Amino acid sequence: MSFTFDYEANADRLEEFESFIDKEKTKKGSLMAILHKGQKLFGYLPIEIQEIISKKTKIPIAEIYGVVTFYSQFSLVPKGKHEIGVCLGTACYVRGAQDVLDEVKDQLGIDVGGTTSDLNFSIQATRCIGACGLAPVMTISGDVYGKLKTEDIKEILDSYRNEEVKK
Amino acid sequence: MALRDNRFANINSLYNKQVLICGDTGCRSSKSDEMEEEIREALKEANAEEKIDVVRVGCFGLCEAGPIAVVYPGGKFYAYLKEGDGRRIVKEDLLGDKTIDELIYPESLSDDIVKSIYDVSFYTKQKKIAHKNCGVINPDSIEEYIALDGYLGLHKALNEMSPQEVIDEIKESGLRGRGGGGFPTGLKWQFTKDAEGSPKYVLCNADEGDPGAFMDRSILEGDPYSVIEAMTIAGYAINANYGFIYIRAEYPSAVEKLESSIKKAKELGLLGNNIMGTDFSFDLELRLGAGAFVCGEEMALIESIEGKRGIPRNKPPFPANEGLWGKPTLINNVETYANIAQIIYKGSDWFSSIGTEKSHGTKVFTLGGNIKRTGIIEVPMGTTLRDIIYEIGGGIIGDKEFKAVQTGGPSGGCITKDYLDTPIDYDNLTALGSMMGSGGMIVMDDSTCMVDIARFFLEFTVDESCGKCTPCREGTKRMLEILEKIVAGKGTLEDIDTLENLGNMIKISSLCGLGQSAPNPVLSTLRYFRDEYEAHVVDKKCPAGHCKALLEYYIDDTCIGCRKCARNCPVNCISGKPKEVHVIDTEACIKCGNCMEVCPTNSVHLR
Ligand SMILES: Cc1cc2nc3c(=O)[nH]c(=O)nc-3n(C[C@H](O)[C@H](O)[C@H](O)COP(=O)(O)O)c2cc1C
Ligand code: SF4
Ligand code: SF4
Ligand code: SF4
Ligand code: FES
Ligand code: FES
Repeated sequence: MSFTFDYEANADRLEEFESFIDKEKTKKGSLMAILHKGQKLFGYLPIEIQEIISKKTKIPIAEIYGVVTFYSQFSLVPKGKHEIGVCLGTACYVRGAQDVLDEVKDQLGIDVGGTTSDLNFSIQATRCIGACGLAPVMTISGDVYGKLKTEDIKEILDSYRNEEVKK
Repeated sequence: MALRDNRFANINSLYNKQVLICGDTGCRSSKSDEMEEEIREALKEANAEEKIDVVRVGCFGLCEAGPIAVVYPGGKFYAYLKEGDGRRIVKEDLLGDKTIDELIYPESLSDDIVKSIYDVSFYTKQKKIAHKNCGVINPDSIEEYIALDGYLGLHKALNEMSPQEVIDEIKESGLRGRGGGGFPTGLKWQFTKDAEGSPKYVLCNADEGDPGAFMDRSILEGDPYSVIEAMTIAGYAINANYGFIYIRAEYPSAVEKLESSIKKAKELGLLGNNIMGTDFSFDLELRLGAGAFVCGEEMALIESIEGKRGIPRNKPPFPANEGLWGKPTLINNVETYANIAQIIYKGSDWFSSIGTEKSHGTKVFTLGGNIKRTGIIEVPMGTTLRDIIYEIGGGIIGDKEFKAVQTGGPSGGCITKDYLDTPIDYDNLTALGSMMGSGGMIVMDDSTCMVDIARFFLEFTVDESCGKCTPCREGTKRMLEILEKIVAGKGTLEDIDTLENLGNMIKISSLCGLGQSAPNPVLSTLRYFRDEYEAHVVDKKCPAGHCKALLEYYIDDTCIGCRKCARNCPVNCISGKPKEVHVIDTEACIKCGNCMEVCPTNSVHLR
């Protein structure tokens, strides 16, 4: 799937992003903070955004690209409106997290790292989120669901599905 | 805990009663926020807000029992709370002075006597140093931190001790790094102090990459000032004026808590210029990771703070000589820091009296997996695994057979029941082919397949290898392929030997700790569970009944001969007369699972 970056729809965010870069760029090692900000604002870090960063910070785009692709939290494709993270940490794994993940993938028809075509959901396999006491665990848009059973998944996903995608 | 009762008597005598609610990530995922809201609302409606103090605290440790509310005086331990229970606690206990027996944590209640939370067996064998304030104070309140001896360590260091005396005290305490390596902390401080170059930096490693461990997170969320104070002491000792906490972005509430705590410490003059009126200045900043396990390795972490890809550098030079921006840098783990202020304030003799001869103090573990009580525990070094698993952890879920405990995460190994009585310390665990690691402890029962667990960890390291050196990048991938082959039932005996050889080769030829330890989960399961590997490749069976490719459907003699399964079998491989026990032709079976699903008497099983 290819996604095009829409400058117009993102005009306000671009403005905020550029002033953030101007403020941060003199600090040593600020690239990570800039990328975090971009990921948060736009939901992904397309080449267009990397170009803006490069122009403003004078960091070569190849280096920026290298950093973006190194860290799993930075993404080159847009994340869904609801980001699903199924924990595949050890504590969750021994309590059946793989089955939970398989069920989520089946329900949505996408793979880990993918985004549904309606941009509603994306799936990530996360490492321990620090709620191992409730293993297996998954998060959707920051809400945490613990002690999961595969039977519960459909209902949980449905509760997010019912809100229409606003764009 | 007596501490809390005292505090309650002295500081909050305004209030009649107090209720503590855990607001840490674990409990928040079991809806402790709603519980707190419910309690506050009920108090408001009853006009009793003035009389009863509601305090949001950090992790109590027994996260599995969340949401938790502890009522003082008495330390009554209300657990597994559901909607509506908060109102009942307000009405019947806080205002009605009556204990609600059915909401009390079951074990706290014996013969109608309600024991305090800290008297249940989960806590009696524990000793809290690094976690002493977690679940006790409100982590947002620097005043509460100070009321429980907070900042006395820094005060003593700045006013009564020279930097060298601070380092000597840490050296004498015998404290070793809690981040995995176990390097003597005092020695590391000495190296950094003695190194040439300025400015120097103090770093805190809060990357906590071990998947299945969250003890550092609970310190950061439950007692953030203990780390801030310790880093300040470290700054004084090594002559640094600036520090960074590198924290993983997966911990949003810990990030928030640290940010607000740093701000508050600055307002009170406990960070910034001229701390406590002395001429020592120290400031702190947060840096966020972005989901790369290798960034927990100290050199990769430094690269990441510099805004680069987190790729380990060659050592030496060590960070103590050439760290962040090429300057002398001290790097310690969160839990290591959480011990520092107390060692300075109470003295190294106090600390070294706890633990074993070579490993002093305590260690925090995350207890998880197939164990009844999951959560966070802190025990003196030298505690046995048996005590941890059976006394503290309450044994295995469903009273199944204990099989192994995995320590040290992707770098560690497993320990079997023959070694349950080994006192836990750095050296004993290493001798068993595992390691202390950062403190993940995953308990496994006989339904866990050790080959698959090894595969799981290898998948993790293949994913996380930074790719700089070939043995780690290519070798772990080869190992993973072999393991995948074995769990799919296609392995051979030679594969097992290849795994062993490859593993030993990767260990000695990789650049950083990730590659050097990546084969450990495989080598250690091979050491203790070779028969299980052999069962997979020779008999094509998974003894734990886990690996789907190796399982067979069969019908036991509880079958009533209803023929339902036979009618639903897509390949007609179930035979039997009506009202007689049926049989599956396993050669023809395509493992669709229909029979198991439709059987009214649950007579179909996998083995
Ligand atoms: C692959 C790898 C991952 C690591 N992850 C962590 C981690 O998540 N947290 C941590 O404190 N130390 C981690 N370490 C250990 C650090 O490199 C370093 O030894 C530690 O932060 C030193 O602090 P200490 O002496 O207080 O333990 C890791 C090491 C390796 C090789
Ligand atoms: S051992 Fe692995 S993680 Fe470490 S530097 Fe080499 S490739 Fe990177
Ligand atoms: S698992 Fe499917 S194919 Fe095998 S016996 Fe049962 S119904 Fe038939
Ligand atoms: S469905 Fe169950 S009880 Fe009925 S014939 Fe099959 S195995 Fe026997
Ligand atoms: S392993 Fe899943 S939350 Fe820790
Ligand atoms: S998170 Fe609440 S007790 Fe651990």
